[in-house]
Amino acid sequence: MSVADKKIGDVLLKVENISLSFGGVKALSDISFEIREHEVLAIIGPNGAGKSSMLNCINGFYHPQQGTITYRGEKRKQMKPHEAASHGIARTFQNIALFKGMSTLDNIMTGRLLKMKAGLIASAFYKGPAEREQIVHREFCERIIDFLEIQAIRKVPVGRLPYGLQKRVELARALAAEPTLLLLDEPMAGMNLEEKQDMCRFILDVNDEFGTTICLIEHDMGVVMDISDRVVVLDYGRKIGDGVPAEVKNNQAVIDAYLGVQH
Amino acid sequence: MSETSGKPDGRDPLGRDTIPKFFAYNARHRRDRPSIREKDLGIWQTWTWGEAAGKVRHLACGLAVLGFRRDDKLAIVGDNRPELYWSVAAAQALGGVPVPIYQDSVADEIQYVIDHAEVRFAIAENQEQVDKLISIKDRLPKLETIIFSDPRGMRHYDHAFLHDLEAVMAKGEAHDRAHPGFYDEEMAKGKGSDISLICYTSGTTGRPKGVMLSHDNVVRSATLAINFDKISETDEILAYLPIAWVGDNFISYAEAAIAGFCVNCPESADTVLQDLREVGPTYFFAPPRIFENLLTTVMIRMEDASAIKRRMFHYFIGVAKRAGCAILERKPVSLTDRLLYALGDLLVYGPLKNVLGMSRLRLAYTAGEAIGPDIFDFFRALGINLKQLYGQTECTVYLCMHTDTDVNPDTVGPPAPGVELKIDEATGEVLYRSPGVFVGYYKNDAATAETKTADGWVHTGDAGVFTDAGHLRIIDRAKDVGRLNDGSLFAPKYIENKLKFFSHIKEAVAFGHGRDYAAVFINIDLAAVGSWAERNGIAYTSYADLAGRPEVYDLIKGCIEQVNRDLSSDSSMTASQIRRFLILHKELDADDGELTRTRKVRRSTIAERYGTLIEALYSGQPSVAVESRITFEDGRTGSFKANLPIAEAASYSTMRKAG
Repeated sequence: MSVADKKIGDVLLKVENISLSFGGVKALSDISFEIREHEVLAIIGPNGAGKSSMLNCINGFYHPQQGTITYRGEKRKQMKPHEAASHGIARTFQNIALFKGMSTLDNIMTGRLLKMKAGLIASAFYKGPAEREQIVHREFCERIIDFLEIQAIRKVPVGRLPYGLQKRVELARALAAEPTLLLLDEPMAGMNLEEKQDMCRFILDVNDEFGTTICLIEHDMGVVMDISDRVVVLDYGRKIGDGVPAEVKNNQAVIDAYLGVQH
Repeated sequence: MSETSGKPDGRDPLGRDTIPKFFAYNARHRRDRPSIREKDLGIWQTWTWGEAAGKVRHLACGLAVLGFRRDDKLAIVGDNRPELYWSVAAAQALGGVPVPIYQDSVADEIQYVIDHAEVRFAIAENQEQVDKLISIKDRLPKLETIIFSDPRGMRHYDHAFLHDLEAVMAKGEAHDRAHPGFYDEEMAKGKGSDISLICYTSGTTGRPKGVMLSHDNVVRSATLAINFDKISETDEILAYLPIAWVGDNFISYAEAAIAGFCVNCPESADTVLQDLREVGPTYFFAPPRIFENLLTTVMIRMEDASAIKRRMFHYFIGVAKRAGCAILERKPVSLTDRLLYALGDLLVYGPLKNVLGMSRLRLAYTAGEAIGPDIFDFFRALGINLKQLYGQTECTVYLCMHTDTDVNPDTVGPPAPGVELKIDEATGEVLYRSPGVFVGYYKNDAATAETKTADGWVHTGDAGVFTDAGHLRIIDRAKDVGRLNDGSLFAPKYIENKLKFFSHIKEAVAFGHGRDYAAVFINIDLAAVGSWAERNGIAYTSYADLAGRPEVYDLIKGCIEQVNRDLSSDSSMTASQIRRFLILHKELDADDGELTRTRKVRRSTIAERYGTLIEALYSGQPSVAVESRITFEDGRTGSFKANLPIAEAASYSTMRKAG
């Protein structure tokens, strides 16, 4: 299987001249880039470069002071996270944000909540449409469980799981929302080699099987160069590189940012 | 010395002499009874015998459309999945020969088997297996067609030789409609004397050998075993052992088809214990290490239970140890113990068996290695009918089995129905004749002639003795049984097994043939010794560090001296008491070729790789420097340097029993 026969489509999301500051600290200044349909885009950069801030802007966690975000042809300045979610943007977090006391399955089911229609009373009695709806959603979650090979932990409270598996459950929950655009904030941080390989395979499989567009932040350069179609490089809140991995690897500004030069 | 039992022949009164004929029979007479289940999307899906026979029919016709002919080999590689069992039947129905391959084999191992067996068709479970096959396909000119059963991740594979199993079955269905008599004619051509299966044995030495079993071997042996244990169509099993192992083919495929019982395929390899609990099998086969792991898990979890539960558990386990085995074997037990046992069953054994998925278990076997008497008795004391079985691929699985009422953890039971056994006076080797005696090794007449004598006796390669009760006790591989310099018997496996029964010792390798005394390498069990170290406040950084700690040496020394005391009570073994030992700095690993895939020690590899260590054991020096190569899981290699201490253990003089 090669990446070449993958069909990368039109622009899905366009970020234009985004600037974000917290008081006197400029987190992002004048950033523009595009995410195209079905691609895997990596955002890289040294610590504090503004990578997570960028993701937070995209899914409406932060509201940039300047600039616009165009998503599926619709231009917007601000969006709330739940609006982003209902528009098909799902994400995972750098510090895992799961419900620790709930089982893997229940956590994944929360990813379907936006799609559930049955009311409180109907769900409580679990009859008729509510029951049918629950079964449909459960089946969808089971497909994800099968896809990510986490059958063995289906009923285990996530708090008891090792870190690598918790990351996988978080990915599962994000997938349960059937996202068009999936934002992954350091999906492989703190993993060992084998867990990283597994995660890479799952990310590529998601991209391949569901056609999901993926935007991820990652520090491991080997991983980034291997799995992404395009790379955006940030440093001190500015964009210093944008292109296919091979290009970015030889970009002098990027090399300087990583190896360090006098500013 | 020769021991014989009766000679029932196990032939089918209805004349069904191949397994596909049993499928056809079941499709008519057990049409709506469950034949196989698989958990899919969290729900157990069932196929009845009627449906399963239909799948086999379509798959066979599909294979025929793709060009599969009589005597062709079908390689099968993957986990326990219904489709893979059906493909075994489909190949046999067409007069072909299934060649199951261990699913965790690396590409080179698969290449050897496919090349040696001249395989034209292969069925792979999923993308992982297909990738392995594709990576070696260039070197396998005879391999024409690969069929995969799980399409996940396969969308971009456009090789002309790749086929989706669903599509193959659809083609087969169309072919079956066009030629309705084809399948039945092909199936009817099958004879009992045809080869039904080639199983490649993992082999502790050299390349694997392909053991050819005929339909007669399998059908007759399975029929005899079914009668022996009164297995019926209401039984349930969990198929979780590798399909390439002859035992799984025998139980989950042959016995299931003949007796008509239901086979359950686990959701994934990781969920076996949960699935075991959900299925609640009535018939269960597991190597000793599974029972060991179950017992360890139970004990660890009991340590975390509340004080009252813990006391209740230990009290009633005490009762069970006293009375449980006797009650199971219907021997006289005092009324008090009977009542206490009944109460214990209500409070402890019942719930425990439920958690282990053994509530409905009426027949359990363990085989492959010696099982620790403590572990064996623990499960029997709970009321589980756990027995030992002894056999090999060449005899179609079994030679000896315990009967329900006469069980001894030290032996493998009396010869099974239809099996004749004798022990070679000179070498101590066990020889047999039975309906299950294999046809030969595929394309290896020299090895066949070496194993089978002209008058039909087969060498097991194992050394054994008969006990007074007529049970066989296996002591070691015949070729490994050696002599110490003073001429006394030295059976390394016997010593190693005794050592391995200690939870702190994972593996042991004993030396002594042609030496003055016995000495061993020890592999500690990281989990057990690690938790022991934690409880005793011993800090360590790595496996190698822990293995080298003087406290750990003292711990192991205690175990060894206990074994020595044990050996000293047996006059034939007392000379092989262990004088010196060392603890290896790394775990023996199948990836490094030190163990076989079934975790048996490869003596020649170890002797070669650790030659300097062995010399050091006999040189009297207090430690030895070592450098070794390690292969990581991803195939990279690294090297490792350490200084291993060598310790001495006390030995004991022979203790004579009074009288």
